[in-house]
Amino acid sequence: MNPFTYIKARDASQAVSGIAAKPQTKFLGGGTNLIDLMKMGVETPAQLIDITRLPLTQVEELPGGKGVRIGALARNSDVAEHSLIQQRYPVLSQAFLAGASPQLRNMATVGGNLLQRTRCYYFYDPAFPKCNKRNPGSGCGALEGYNRIHAILGQSDQCIATNPSDMNVALAALDAVVRVQGPKGEREIPIADFHRLPGSTPNIETNLQPDELITAIDLPAIPFAARSHYLKVRDRASYAFAIVSVAAALELGADRKITAARIALGGVAHKPWRAQKAEKELIGKTADEKTFRAAAEAELAAAKGYKHNSFKIELAKRSIVRALSTLTAMAS
Amino acid sequence: MNEDSDGLDPSNMPDIDPAGGLDDLLIFGNPETRRRFLKQMAGTGAAITLGPALMRMGSAQAAGAASTTLGGAPAGTVPVHLKINGTDHALDLDPRVTLLDALRERLQLTGSKKGCDHGQCGACTVLVNGRRINSCLSFAIAHDGDEITTIEGLANGDELHPVQAAFLEHDGFQCGYCTPGQICSAVACIKEGHTKTDDEIREWMSGNLCRCGAYPNIVDAIKDARGKSS
Repeated sequence: MNPFTYIKARDASQAVSGIAAKPQTKFLGGGTNLIDLMKMGVETPAQLIDITRLPLTQVEELPGGKGVRIGALARNSDVAEHSLIQQRYPVLSQAFLAGASPQLRNMATVGGNLLQRTRCYYFYDPAFPKCNKRNPGSGCGALEGYNRIHAILGQSDQCIATNPSDMNVALAALDAVVRVQGPKGEREIPIADFHRLPGSTPNIETNLQPDELITAIDLPAIPFAARSHYLKVRDRASYAFAIVSVAAALELGADRKITAARIALGGVAHKPWRAQKAEKELIGKTADEKTFRAAAEAELAAAKGYKHNSFKIELAKRSIVRALSTLTAMAS
Repeated sequence: MNEDSDGLDPSNMPDIDPAGGLDDLLIFGNPETRRRFLKQMAGTGAAITLGPALMRMGSAQAAGAASTTLGGAPAGTVPVHLKINGTDHALDLDPRVTLLDALRERLQLTGSKKGCDHGQCGACTVLVNGRRINSCLSFAIAHDGDEITTIEGLANGDELHPVQAAFLEHDGFQCGYCTPGQICSAVACIKEGHTKTDDEIREWMSGNLCRCGAYPNIVDAIKDARGKSS
């Protein structure tokens, strides 16, 4: 591991001025991804600013019934078990509990989870020469390599990596807003604009600026999210990254007609994939398997598979149908 | 590294805590021999002939010395106060030293094991302020002032912690390498209340891998211990 200097931030302003003052500085939160990547030689920060003692760990109701705010340094395990999250946004609680292990969830912060790097093998191991994300211009090892876990939606010929987070998928379905603080003050980034598609710059993964600190995640009030569900399909029953995942919420009116729907997919794209085509397809229809299948077909029509991951296209469709069927079974 | 200071003389070896983990007490025939072998190999020229994996298991001090030579001057050490199993320790540590390496290489608390060193196997599980974490993915300097409990701190004198006793009773191990992590994780799992059913135990213990496949007996041990430990 490369040498680095280590400092502890006393407050958010000090953290922000610290990261602006010295290039190649990173914030250290739970460390579960950053320290791993430092051991791999993928991340080589010259300085770490430990932000874990900042008072940003609360989960609290926003005034005026506007939703819930999660402090950026709240641990994944604490948020998963918080009554406000379990009651109003079960999809988010389930997504947390589907991710990693109890030990890692006790360490990982929600701010760090937003910035989790891809688990693409060609990115994670510098022994592979080609990775446009790690070394821009070097090519993509996965395109012609082993690409079973890779993207089927929104990818480019420069990068077919996926975002590995479960939390992000639930946040995308819930229209979360990321609050950040920079040298010029605070701003809000809607979750849909937070992560980027790879395009020609897969090395730039989010629209967070290098000198900005994530301070909180706001969840808007969505009454029907009280009935929501996270389905994770993976190679093991527990403690594995998603091959495909679905975060979904449905609002049903009279005669089981769908009046509102939220669907996001994980494991399929460079960012949590909000399935707006599927949502549009559902509105006004009767909640049954035929409707769900048509919605899934609409969303995956543009999907493109590679040598080892084409199975994900059908798997994603079936996962959408399964997640929506589970939700309607809960409703009846 | 000076061979004389870390050689075969038993008087130079750290004491093995009699209240130590199962590893020290029971599983390996003679842990002192094994540990001394690794230390000696890492501290001498013979280390060159060893594979990189064994080198990593050997000595963080050796690795630190290598990076001083090869990578220029490392960042300076930082004073850290760690409270481990109720005892305060003042250390000067390179910021790169993980909590696991500080425990094993600086404090000779070798009950916590280095398995994958990447947060994937759970062998390094310890309790920090009562919560289980992977000590391999955490820098020691970030734990200034935290209350850390390792496998060495669970027993009460000669009386094993109920989870330790249950692992013995139910044969919850074979080779024993994952056992300190399994036990620390199980202590937290019981405290969290995630042991109501076999399936719940399996899910909430999934961060601790056992290559010997002792899982059924581990589940039995946790079921046995869940009502006995607080």
